[in-house]
Amino acid sequence: MKVLVPVKRVIDYNVKVRVKADGSGVDLANVKMSMNPFDEIAVEQAIRLKEAGKADEVVAVSIGVKQAQETLRTALAMGADRAILVVASEDVHQDIEPLAVAKILKGVVDEEQPGLVLCGKQAIDNDMNATGQMLSALLGWSQGTFASELDVDGDSAKVTREVDGGLQTISVKMPAIVTVDLRLNEPRYASLPNIMKAKKKPLDEKTPADYGVDVTPRLTIVSTSEPEARKAGEIVGSVDELVAKLKEAGAV
Amino acid sequence: MEFGLSEEQEMIVSTVRSFVEKEIYPHEEMVERTGSVPHELGQEIKKKVIDLGFYACNFPEEVGGAGLGHLDFTLVERELGRGSMALTHFFGRPQNILMACEGGQREKYLLPAVRGERMDALAMTEPDAGSDVRGMKCTAVRDGGDWVVNGSKHFISGAEHADFFIVFVATGVDDTPKGPKKRITCFLVDRGHPGFEVREGYQSVSHRGYKNCILDFDNCRLPDAQVLGEVDGGFEVMNTWLYATRITVAAFCVGRARRCFDYALHYAAERKQFGQQIAKFQGIGFQIADMITEIDAADWLTLSAAWRLDAGKPANREIASAKLYASEMLARVTDASLQVYGGMGLMADFPLERFWRDARVERIWDGTSEIQRHIISRDLFRPLGA
Ligand SMILES: Cc1cc2nc3c(=O)[nH]c(=O)nc-3n(C[C@H](O)[C@H](O)[C@H](O)COP(=O)(O)OP(=O)(O)OC[C@H]3O[C@@H](n4cnc5c(N)ncnc54)[C@H](O)[C@@H]3O)c2cc1C
Ligand SMILES: Cc1cc2nc3c(=O)[nH]c(=O)nc-3n(C[C@H](O)[C@H](O)[C@H](O)COP(=O)(O)OP(=O)(O)OC[C@H]3O[C@@H](n4cnc5c(N)ncnc54)[C@H](O)[C@@H]3O)c2cc1C
Repeated sequence: MKVLVPVKRVIDYNVKVRVKADGSGVDLANVKMSMNPFDEIAVEQAIRLKEAGKADEVVAVSIGVKQAQETLRTALAMGADRAILVVASEDVHQDIEPLAVAKILKGVVDEEQPGLVLCGKQAIDNDMNATGQMLSALLGWSQGTFASELDVDGDSAKVTREVDGGLQTISVKMPAIVTVDLRLNEPRYASLPNIMKAKKKPLDEKTPADYGVDVTPRLTIVSTSEPEARKAGEIVGSVDELVAKLKEAGAV
Repeated sequence: MEFGLSEEQEMIVSTVRSFVEKEIYPHEEMVERTGSVPHELGQEIKKKVIDLGFYACNFPEEVGGAGLGHLDFTLVERELGRGSMALTHFFGRPQNILMACEGGQREKYLLPAVRGERMDALAMTEPDAGSDVRGMKCTAVRDGGDWVVNGSKHFISGAEHADFFIVFVATGVDDTPKGPKKRITCFLVDRGHPGFEVREGYQSVSHRGYKNCILDFDNCRLPDAQVLGEVDGGFEVMNTWLYATRITVAAFCVGRARRCFDYALHYAAERKQFGQQIAKFQGIGFQIADMITEIDAADWLTLSAAWRLDAGKPANREIASAKLYASEMLARVTDASLQVYGGMGLMADFPLERFWRDARVERIWDGTSEIQRHIISRDLFRPLGA
């Protein structure tokens, strides 16, 4: 079975984001970019499937600017076998919308015929949480979202989902789209031999036109603003004082 | 001219940095408090590094290393510099002088060191012979076919965890027009060898947990098979293999300075006095500006010296400049960062005081600042006959 793992280049989770002066979005010039952490978990899971003999090839795919090549190299250094880069924009500030991404991924799936697509549950930059679901609809494949456990067994897979109020285990028919959650695994570091090998692994470059997809944005971002600054706290001397203050504020 | 890193180098940097942040930082406070690294923790770090293929990455592939060049290895050292040296010791970079091993020495010392099965320590310094290495008093004399060693070494780092030692010993004196000159031979000595003892050393303010020890030789008998390189060829092996180790000090200093700088930068942006962020006072802002300028300068000086080594160009002066400047830069950056923190900088609640203490030794070991200046000036004046 072949596993396809879409990976997105996003602002590094350690970076303190800054809104651009004109409010058109977050400033991405000269900031550290990394692989979306949920996608890293998906890559890790795919490699584990391969190590367990349940997958024979792991293909990473990224859709975005040319620099997403670095993100793909990271996936290759972790252990993916090959990569596909779909250069869909020249502007680092242009986010390719989930529907366009899902349509391109459908094109990739048609070509590659994977048995499983492992996506991150969402990208940490825009928190859309939509690509996996849209891809499943476009393909007519089953989907298991927010996976915290995954057990692939022949024609079906058991997906344990993190839902409000606990865990839900479902069985999905293969081929399937599974979107992964934080607790599924802890991604490995790229080993030095794999870092050295990454460069030699194939990385194909494509364009949205190759899949007949138009990536023109359909959404308009009206404005982006900083979250409201947290107000200073207050230290109280006793429980009685706390209760009094809460009453005063109408909180109890 | 190309100033960027390759994709591989970027990945090496980001892997080592994540490793240090996740596997080293969480144990640092404990090491500072207790002054040592628990055996199991050291072994655990070592195992992870072996699994990652980074152990002994400075060794060629033929002997089981990763074959990193000088520049790549300098990047590894730079990222390791962020973390506690007592802990990163287990990231395992054996002395590359072990490449001088021949015959049975390879299986007994070189290969197990590369595999992480045996750890090494290097001993040159003696109470009466520091900068003046050749002034060493530790002596080996011929007795039958063997050597009998007497004397002491001190300040020996890594000795606590070492399974064997690379020891430089005087094996004779030559009369030269400039006066008597000692001949030096390098020996491999196993821990526990009769007549050889490892003792606790002194308490150092720098790098708590990265202990230094004293080595005593009392009629310690060694066969010729323990000689690394040629008899009386100690300076040759030293010059061939230890020439580049000063770069690792420079790289350490750059990595550590960047970590320290991040603390100062963010504290200055957050701390408010007189109704505003202290970063807005020019007195603080300009200190930050000087810090980053010096860090970048030291970084490039260090990387370019490593690049020269890879390119096979003479690099003695450039390495000395990098070691000198980076270690003195780290002193200034740690001091200024602590100053930005005000009184809290001195408190053990933040790592600033530790960075400041740790920095002090960098100007002393692997050749003091004065010795580096000596190397640089001699390199410049010797051709002019001055
Ligand atoms: C924590 C620690 C760990 C160490 N680990 C090791 C180790 O693992 N293995 C090892 O072999 N050694 C080790 N050393 C020794 C280290 O390399 C020496 O401390 C260093 O070479 C300086 O020698 P010294 O301390 O005897 O000082 P000295 O050589 O006595 O120097 C005293 C002062 O005189 C100055 N000076 C000396 N000669 C000159 C000159 N010609 N011109 C101008 N000034 C001069 C020096 O710069 C210094 O300021 C370690 C030292 C420390 C502190
Ligand atoms: C060991 C110790 C004992 C102490 N004992 C006492 C005591 O007994 N009683 C007592 O009352 N206090 C005591 N102090 C407090 C001491 O006086 C303060 O630490 C000192 O005044 C600095 O204040 P701060 O630490 O809050 O640093 P901050 O005032 O926050 O300063 C942080 C940095 O910003 C700089 N900065 C601040 N304002 C400006 C400006 N306008 N322009 C340029 N730079 C600026 C500072 O120079 C410093 O580098 C003690 C402190 C220590 C460390």
